[in-house]
Amino acid sequence: MLEIKTRAKGFVAHGVSACAGCGLELAIRVVVDVLGRNTVIVIPPGCAALFSGFGSETALRIPGLQGNLENTAAYAAGIKAGFEMQGRSDINVLGFAGDGATVDIGLQSLSGAFERGDRILYVCYDNEAYMNTGIQGSGSTPHQAWTTTTPAGKTARRKDMLQIVAAHGIPYAATASIGYVEDLRKKVGKAKASGGPAYIHIHSPCPPGWGFEPEKSVEIARAAVRTRSWPLYEIVDRVKGRITVPVGKPQPVAEYLKLQGRFAGITPEELELVQKEVEEEYALLLKRLDSQ
Amino acid sequence: MPRMMLDGNGAASEALRLARVQVISAYPITPQSPIAEQLANYVAEGRLHAKYIRVESEHSALSCAIGAQLTGVRAATATSSVGLALMHEVLGVAAGCRVPIIMPVVNRALVSPWSLWCDHQDSMAERDSGWLQFFAEDAQAVLDLTLAAYRIGEDERVQLPAMICLDGFFLSHRTDAVSVPEESDVDDFLPRYQPHNLVLDPDHPIFINDLTPSSDFMEMRYQQQQAFEAARSVVSEVFEDFGRRFGRSYSAVEAYACEDAEAVLITLGSMSGTAKCAVDELRAKGARVGVLKIISFRPFPAAEIRKCLKKVPRVGVIDRSANLGAETGPVCAEVLAACKESGTTQIHGFVAGLGGRDVPVESIANAFYALLSQEELESGARWLDVRENALFIREVQS
Repeated sequence: MLEIKTRAKGFVAHGVSACAGCGLELAIRVVVDVLGRNTVIVIPPGCAALFSGFGSETALRIPGLQGNLENTAAYAAGIKAGFEMQGRSDINVLGFAGDGATVDIGLQSLSGAFERGDRILYVCYDNEAYMNTGIQGSGSTPHQAWTTTTPAGKTARRKDMLQIVAAHGIPYAATASIGYVEDLRKKVGKAKASGGPAYIHIHSPCPPGWGFEPEKSVEIARAAVRTRSWPLYEIVDRVKGRITVPVGKPQPVAEYLKLQGRFAGITPEELELVQKEVEEEYALLLKRLDSQ
Repeated sequence: MPRMMLDGNGAASEALRLARVQVISAYPITPQSPIAEQLANYVAEGRLHAKYIRVESEHSALSCAIGAQLTGVRAATATSSVGLALMHEVLGVAAGCRVPIIMPVVNRALVSPWSLWCDHQDSMAERDSGWLQFFAEDAQAVLDLTLAAYRIGEDERVQLPAMICLDGFFLSHRTDAVSVPEESDVDDFLPRYQPHNLVLDPDHPIFINDLTPSSDFMEMRYQQQQAFEAARSVVSEVFEDFGRRFGRSYSAVEAYACEDAEAVLITLGSMSGTAKCAVDELRAKGARVGVLKIISFRPFPAAEIRKCLKKVPRVGVIDRSANLGAETGPVCAEVLAACKESGTTQIHGFVAGLGGRDVPVESIANAFYALLSQEELESGARWLDVRENALFIREVQS
């Protein structure tokens, strides 16, 4: 048992065993801080389970349940329903899951909860691979990225999770980044105020998984946004879409990729292709947001 | 007490309504679907004050129910066959987190080949999952055992979830006159749900179900095993109280004409009634036979079975599921283990009624004759009523 000499601010303990520079750690601190103490969290196995705790210790001062990998949204929906039946609709129920547990194995239960309109908040911290099991590729791993199961670079493009979520017509959906904390804080506030279902997909760089030094996490998160590789936007009440952090003069995608070891093997042709994809996708996003 | 015409699914739904479940998460599957529909009707008609979550799978059905019940309300779901198999992973969560959900399981064969019809392989495949398992013989037992299971599972000494197993179609879709207790009597028997250990509450935050080191894991499994041990006496207490209040008595095993029997068949579920009928017919012809019906398969009533079979020279166990690769079916294996010290009792396995095949009086009579004939029975289980061309059906010619 550790002796706690200074109490952590907020609801997440300090000295958590996340990797140095972990993007997810920043994400969970911000999200739980904005939601406040009247919150119950569901965390599946994965990197965030470091915050669930180990044995009789936990890193959280809000109640929580560690679920299974594929049913975060279902547990959250049940918990919300239980509180609603006891007149406690005021309690925020938060699903907090990684990209594997969200865009891959957890997609079905998430889709079910959003279709039904269950009033949960769901946050995906996206480190773009199965990091806790040792950097295996996921449906959110970007094109050309190295992982242990895409050793020659991923040949497929990533899923556009926000489009999938938006197709359910929920009150609030947004992308966010640990490089833009104020933007993230506002979005969590809006998600909470919407009552849910609400979804926030947070880009969360991972030093060991992406191959960069821990002090670069925020810089890399910002580079993703500045190169338009990770646009920050929101969709409110199904129709009101807008870019929340406009990037007037984007940097070349290479400025983002070159900072990371997972793109070290990329050829000039592949880089050109990725640049083209980023531009195309950004143009399509603007069209969608305009038409909404 | 009013009597209503109810089938097994109707009796299960009525019991869940009487238990005042507050969150329902259900996914349809044949032959359970009428339960999912009836509960939705109760909520829509205002006869049950509950939130109905129309989930997208059985996996989510049980996950929702666990989440809901962890906030301190009774939560309900029901399933069958591959639906139960899909729940497999989460069954362990309900059991390990000691969430006493009471779940009707409408027994249906597992794939493959596809079958819509009754056998017990679905619940047998979950016999180690940490759930209490009670098997009903008729629709009345479905209602009664469900109500009793709430008291048993929620008891502070137990805190375990329970499956109420009812045979698909034979029970789920067969209508019977069922005595339905008054709501107020059920409320007295079954007070409001009181969680005893884990609960999600922002005023008293705890984190449930985190990673557990090997220094604690075995102890937590041991706690579950001890809960099953405690459940043995709680089952008797609750059945006794139920009998006093409602006039129908149950026990972990139920013996029928076993006192002087030379041969006894052990049964589960709806075939028990047929077996009793076979006993009456055979007894009329002078054969000394009896039936021992197991109601509580988990906890397994080994001591009661030993006691009942003490003076019985020949025992047969009819399994309604195959224990592929083992010598006998799962129930027979447990009976053999329970009676390993009683050298005078010979125990033989039978497998019958798979994939909806009826187990008629004649088949049960044949099993009795085999036991009584003193013939040397095969060491493995005898499969009843298997067609002679079994190895050639569906043979593909190359």
